[in-house]
Amino acid sequence: MGRVFIDLLRFNRQFASGVVLLSAITLFALLSFFSPYPPNDSYVVPPDMPPSWSHLMGTTSRGQDLFWLLTFALRNTLIFGIVVAAISRLLALVIGLVAGYSGGLVDRALMSINDTFIVIPLFPILVLFYFVMKDHMSWGLLALMMACLGWAYDARLIRSVALSLRTREFTETGIFSGMSMRRILVEEHLPYVLPIVFSTTMNNINWSIGLEVTLSVLGFTDINTPTVGVLIYWANQHTALVAGIWWWIFFPVLLVILTFIGLFLLAVSMNEHIDPRSRLGRSEG
Amino acid sequence: MTARGMTAPALEVSGLRAYYRTSAFGIRREVRAVDDVDLRVEAGEIYGLAGESSCGKTTLIKTIANAIQPPLEVLAGSVVFNFKDHRVDMHRVGRDELRDIRWKRLSYIMQGSMNVLNPVRRVRHAFVDFAFRHIGKSKAEFLDIVGAHLHRLHLAPDVLEAYPHQLSGGMRQRVTIALATVCRPEFIIADEPTTALDVVVQKGVLAMIHSVQRELGSSVIFVTHDMAVHANLTDRLGIMYGGRLVEEGRTADVFRRPRHPYTAHLIASLPRLGDTAPKEGLTGAPPNLADPPSGCRFHPRCPLASDLCRREVPPMTEVAPGHRTACFHSDRVAPP
Amino acid sequence: MSALLEVDGVSRLYSSGNLLARRKFAAVDGVSLRLDEGRPEIVTVIGESGSGKTTLARMILNMVPPSAGTIRFRGTDLREVRGTRARLDFMRQVQPIFQNPFEAFNPMKRVDRYLFATARHMAGLTTQAAIEAEADRALRDVGLSLAEVRRRYPHELSGGQLQRVAIARALVSRPALLVADEPVSMIDASLRASIVSLLRGLCVRTGVSIIYITHDLATAYSVSDRIMIMRLGKVVESGPARAVLDDPQHEYSRLLKSSVLSPEVPSNGAAFHA
Repeated sequence: MGRVFIDLLRFNRQFASGVVLLSAITLFALLSFFSPYPPNDSYVVPPDMPPSWSHLMGTTSRGQDLFWLLTFALRNTLIFGIVVAAISRLLALVIGLVAGYSGGLVDRALMSINDTFIVIPLFPILVLFYFVMKDHMSWGLLALMMACLGWAYDARLIRSVALSLRTREFTETGIFSGMSMRRILVEEHLPYVLPIVFSTTMNNINWSIGLEVTLSVLGFTDINTPTVGVLIYWANQHTALVAGIWWWIFFPVLLVILTFIGLFLLAVSMNEHIDPRSRLGRSEG
Repeated sequence: MTARGMTAPALEVSGLRAYYRTSAFGIRREVRAVDDVDLRVEAGEIYGLAGESSCGKTTLIKTIANAIQPPLEVLAGSVVFNFKDHRVDMHRVGRDELRDIRWKRLSYIMQGSMNVLNPVRRVRHAFVDFAFRHIGKSKAEFLDIVGAHLHRLHLAPDVLEAYPHQLSGGMRQRVTIALATVCRPEFIIADEPTTALDVVVQKGVLAMIHSVQRELGSSVIFVTHDMAVHANLTDRLGIMYGGRLVEEGRTADVFRRPRHPYTAHLIASLPRLGDTAPKEGLTGAPPNLADPPSGCRFHPRCPLASDLCRREVPPMTEVAPGHRTACFHSDRVAPP
Repeated sequence: MSALLEVDGVSRLYSSGNLLARRKFAAVDGVSLRLDEGRPEIVTVIGESGSGKTTLARMILNMVPPSAGTIRFRGTDLREVRGTRARLDFMRQVQPIFQNPFEAFNPMKRVDRYLFATARHMAGLTTQAAIEAEADRALRDVGLSLAEVRRRYPHELSGGQLQRVAIARALVSRPALLVADEPVSMIDASLRASIVSLLRGLCVRTGVSIIYITHDLATAYSVSDRIMIMRLGKVVESGPARAVLDDPQHEYSRLLKSSVLSPEVPSNGAAFHA
């Protein structure tokens, strides 16, 4: 895997750009540990100042330095996205692999559950969830909720790969070598499924960040923790655009767009790498 | 019989060199699939091309048919067909001319009939798609020609109305042969046409190929790893090993008295019905064409190998009339 | 003499068609076969595609249940082999060899892994040293050694070598029965005879019985004790191998034999009659 990564970095410009972008974003998010201002304090600096050398991204109407605030916001957003992706990948993998391998009743039961989750309308459910939880709403809970809604589509994808792997003879060889189902799934089948999982992870992170920003902008999350969406929410509350404080909206949006692009480039280049036909097409000669 | 030296050979391959060259992730790789191959197919004969896995015969056929796609590259040599009225250098000819020759002068019988027949259209459409333009008559006349052709090949005319999946594998392959021969081509390339078929069906399909060839007088290059098919069908036989042609001659001569150690071993190791004597296979494995052995590519497995074999590539020399081999020690190859 | 394997009037039906018109078609139809304990032999099942020979093999390996009839291995009905322990126990005694050696191993994994896994789970060995010794023993039985195969991926070995490794793996648990489904059809013709005589040698030396499935009469002739010819799911002829192949009685058997091409140039010059 390491060799593949290095090779991709050296020879695939899309992958390299994606890695560069994401590294920059991550670096930015890590700066939050060096912030001179705690994230929730307000009126620590003069409000409504445009970007300048002392305040690189300007200040907000609540008297917060946007640059340092954004480092926290991005960090929280990224962590949120990664946690959702991780939990939902795990769910998708377990359900997809087991369903594909077992077949029969187990497969049908799992896929019925799966299909139910696919058709659930996400947004209304999340809004409903907010209204039900209101005061007990926390990021962890929201992350768990979104992970539970985000595994279904990819589980089917993984299941179809698992189904085809089940019929291949090396699975039978594994069975006749005495390997348990768990061992076969993890050691024989997982390597085939991992590339798909990796690229869908990128998409999943994009999806969860997008959903989080949407919910936060509308105020359906915990608005006291700074995330990119919450930042935009507060900007809207203070009618920033009307008041001419464009940087309050511009910088969060810019950073989130850069994150999306970085993840997208990674996903696309990984996809291309997985597909052997396109790999051959790219080799000269 | 062709009068030797009076008619030009139907196909002349000279000094052909075709490699697969890839350059992925900074690693250059060169697979020497076809290395300095010379061969001629005379007009009206069935020339068999034999060899086992990774010997290069599939690549050779692709190169002859000009089905060359990257990463396959032709580095040297030429492939020339001498059709009745003109000469075609396959690698220098334009796309339009290639399209004209295909199916009318040069046609193919491939291994998978489903590679040729569109599974969602009736068989009749395949004939129309492939051959109508070449025959250049009206649709009605064309269908008459097709019907007569099928009749000659003992195929029921209602096979035209069937979908491919309604026909058995053997029947489909027969249809493919009919398709390949309806324009009365002068040269047919057959690439493992019976390999996937049952033995009973195979006999019928081979008989069909034999009779069609005799009737049309076409030249055929027949590629298969199955030596029994070569023994029973082909007039001349070429054996490939490690990307090179190692022996060539009349089929009867090659089987009766092979002059290359590989051929000798190959023929001796084939299982035969009615024979219970223990057979020995060759030790080792076919050479890796990305990194082939120096000199003669068979030397690591050859019982007669000497220092000369390791150093130099043996040239194809004529050891008997019409019988060539590439071996420095061909005189020491024991008769079977 | 007690029976090693009893296949008793076994059929396997598949249904096709749609809700309104279902057709049943028999892949295997009323096949019976008996192998005796303590009398190792090679029984060849010959058939073309669609004869049901692979389905029969899968039923004997307990990969697919029969629709009718019973299969008993050492007295136990295969339907009663349920649960991990019973299945492991069965697999310890009956092992498969598949047609395509390159498919039989995971291309992304090393081949010695399967040998070690079989040694650990089937032969019950626990220490790495014992496992490797057993793998080496099995490999030597097929003419290879652990040193040659260690840490190799499937694409680094030739088809013939890989199939030998597959046979070695099947032998690790010292099974009583091997079911080989077309083990040499994907191997170069010049290597087939040596692998087939390897199977013969194993039967003689280690006492393992082999059900050898093939469409190739030539290899069947030299290696089998008994032979069974199948067509469209039914057995058309069976008996001692040489007797059946030298003088087939059934019309289909005769057709099969006459269609086989021999690797010899016919002396009269005319092989095909129009």
